[in-house]
Amino acid sequence: MLTGAFMSVSSVSPIVTSQSMPTWRQKDAEPFVRIEQINKAFGDFTAVNNVSLDIYKNELFCLLGGSGSGKSTLLRMLAGFESPTSGRIIIDGVDMSHVPPWERPVNMMFQSYALFPHLTVEANVAFGLKREGLPSREVKQRVEDILDMVQLGHLARRKPHMLSGGQRQRVALARSLVKRPKLLLLDEPLGALDKKLREETQFELMRLQDELGITFVVVTHDQEEAMTLATRIGVMNNGVIVQTAEPHEVYEYPSNRFVAEFIGNVNLFNGIVVSDERDSAAIQCDDTNGLIYLDHGISCAPNQVVNVAIRPEKMRIAREASSAENNSAEGVITEVAYMGSQSIFKVRLLSGKEVRITQPNSHRDTGERLTWDDHVYLSWDADSSVVLTS
Amino acid sequence: MINAPTNTTQPTLLQRLQAIRLGRWFVILIPMLWLAAFFFIPFLVVFKISLSEAMIAVPPYSPLLEWDPSSAYATLKITFGNYLFLFESRFYLDAYLSSLRIAAVSTFFTLIIGFPIAYLIARSGPTARTILLSLVILPFWTSFLLRVYAWMSLLKKNGLVNDTLMSLGLIDQPLQILQTDVAVYIGIVYTYLPFMILPLYTTLEKMDMSLIEAAKDLGAKPWKAFCFVTLPLAKPGIIAGCLLVFIPAVGEFVIPSLLGGSDTLMIGRVLWDEFFLNRDWPLASAVAIIMLIVLVGPIMFMRNGNKEAL
Repeated sequence: MLTGAFMSVSSVSPIVTSQSMPTWRQKDAEPFVRIEQINKAFGDFTAVNNVSLDIYKNELFCLLGGSGSGKSTLLRMLAGFESPTSGRIIIDGVDMSHVPPWERPVNMMFQSYALFPHLTVEANVAFGLKREGLPSREVKQRVEDILDMVQLGHLARRKPHMLSGGQRQRVALARSLVKRPKLLLLDEPLGALDKKLREETQFELMRLQDELGITFVVVTHDQEEAMTLATRIGVMNNGVIVQTAEPHEVYEYPSNRFVAEFIGNVNLFNGIVVSDERDSAAIQCDDTNGLIYLDHGISCAPNQVVNVAIRPEKMRIAREASSAENNSAEGVITEVAYMGSQSIFKVRLLSGKEVRITQPNSHRDTGERLTWDDHVYLSWDADSSVVLTS
Repeated sequence: MINAPTNTTQPTLLQRLQAIRLGRWFVILIPMLWLAAFFFIPFLVVFKISLSEAMIAVPPYSPLLEWDPSSAYATLKITFGNYLFLFESRFYLDAYLSSLRIAAVSTFFTLIIGFPIAYLIARSGPTARTILLSLVILPFWTSFLLRVYAWMSLLKKNGLVNDTLMSLGLIDQPLQILQTDVAVYIGIVYTYLPFMILPLYTTLEKMDMSLIEAAKDLGAKPWKAFCFVTLPLAKPGIIAGCLLVFIPAVGEFVIPSLLGGSDTLMIGRVLWDEFFLNRDWPLASAVAIIMLIVLVGPIMFMRNGNKEAL
């Protein structure tokens, strides 16, 4: 499922395909939002711990993390609802660390949408423009334009409680975009929508972001959402950003065990490094039949204990043993889940360790299907696994 | 469900609906009977008395129906004289207007004082909230009369308030607070404050705090966010609180009698005087009926406002 979502990002995201090199990969690029060693403590609890982060213009940056990881606190500091205990936030060259929210060129779309229940859709969207003291003619025009953009022109006079969840979400989006902020913050933007609507809205968000050229920062706990939307993902845990990278990098080359386990499913094999060259390495592991061979070096001390991460979809499963002894394992199927497009198998290896394998159901049921208690052999390629030292 | 068979033992949709409706009627029957027994029937009795004439008898008014045994005819004797008298005399009009004014001013101050308190309680943590709410309700544990008496001793010439102000050097001579309208305002605001705080608290407590943040995020300074978001959303609570304070304050009798001066004119006192001093039951009844009609106006006005807010 995850790979599916990931595939669509590389084919849809205009930033990756239309430009030769994205800004965040250029060495001397000027960041648009600069978070410098920011800390936020609530009493004894440190919500955000010494985070530094650069976000570039036109990015759709995702802060991904579980609850209590500090991602929402970081977003609220960008919006101005919390002021940092120490550190600086610079937006478009201006230090915004202690500027109140009503003076920031930043707008936020709230998780609850926070639509004013006593105002119509129109008045909700106009709220921010009226506070700017714009002439009423201009306010009216801009409200009309943005409502047309999110295809809600016909509902302008409704009150929020008369709208569906998806419509409310679009009103909230229109309200936060109408002021043309330099930076748009989205707190779990798709959290309250059902699955089908989520997918549509994801692409809608990406289209709007591309059209308007506003920098987006999205907070989410949903890895799939982050994978699809983001130009880059910052994975947060315990108030720290543990990895900042493009979606495919985060998935294929997690920098540590937390990221590997948090994003997607992963099988971890504990082992000892027996050889470590520049472009290959071998790891001795009790769970597998032979050694685990890698196509890259680890650059660590010999005999170091490491974890090898292999994604479930990168393992092959078969009744017959593969020709190679290395990069293979054998065991018994303990669970099978048929999911339509793919099947998930749980296999108990000879060592007793349980691993997870997903296989695309690329053919209709022709041969005999693998089922419970079948003795099976697993194999994978040298470029499928990643070594995690931390 | 459209072609529900009628020959089965299962109840049809219609029968089920009727059963539900019957159940609903039964639930509201008891409060209906209560209202009928203790509001509607007494109201009719008072209305009947207001149409009769005062006389020295037991009870002290003329009967509406006079039965003549000789002719076997009953004569109906109705007079609107009491109502006419109320409108002819400047005194009663002044009393009504003065009551409305005192009630309105007191309601205003109750709102001004009650709103921040309710806001604070609604925004405090769960433990503090329980404590603060019980503090609001705590005064009800002592008698209302006792509390008004306490204010008498606080406000009198050598009472606590005057003593404190003198010792602080703010005034040279004790202020005459007791037996003025000011004392009546203090008494009403103090007594009715919980009735303002509680409905305000319930509406403010329900309010989503992210709405205020959204307003600020969209460029509203805190006080503008308050005017454009908090205040309109608190409207149902404001209306309920104002009604709960205003209506009983108009007919208030104890507070103006104990704290007010001889020139503090309120319709509750007039009513008392007519009833117990002059023993003019019909006139007192007419005063009560007119008061009710006067109060229907603001109640309807505020109820309409409330409907819009919802």
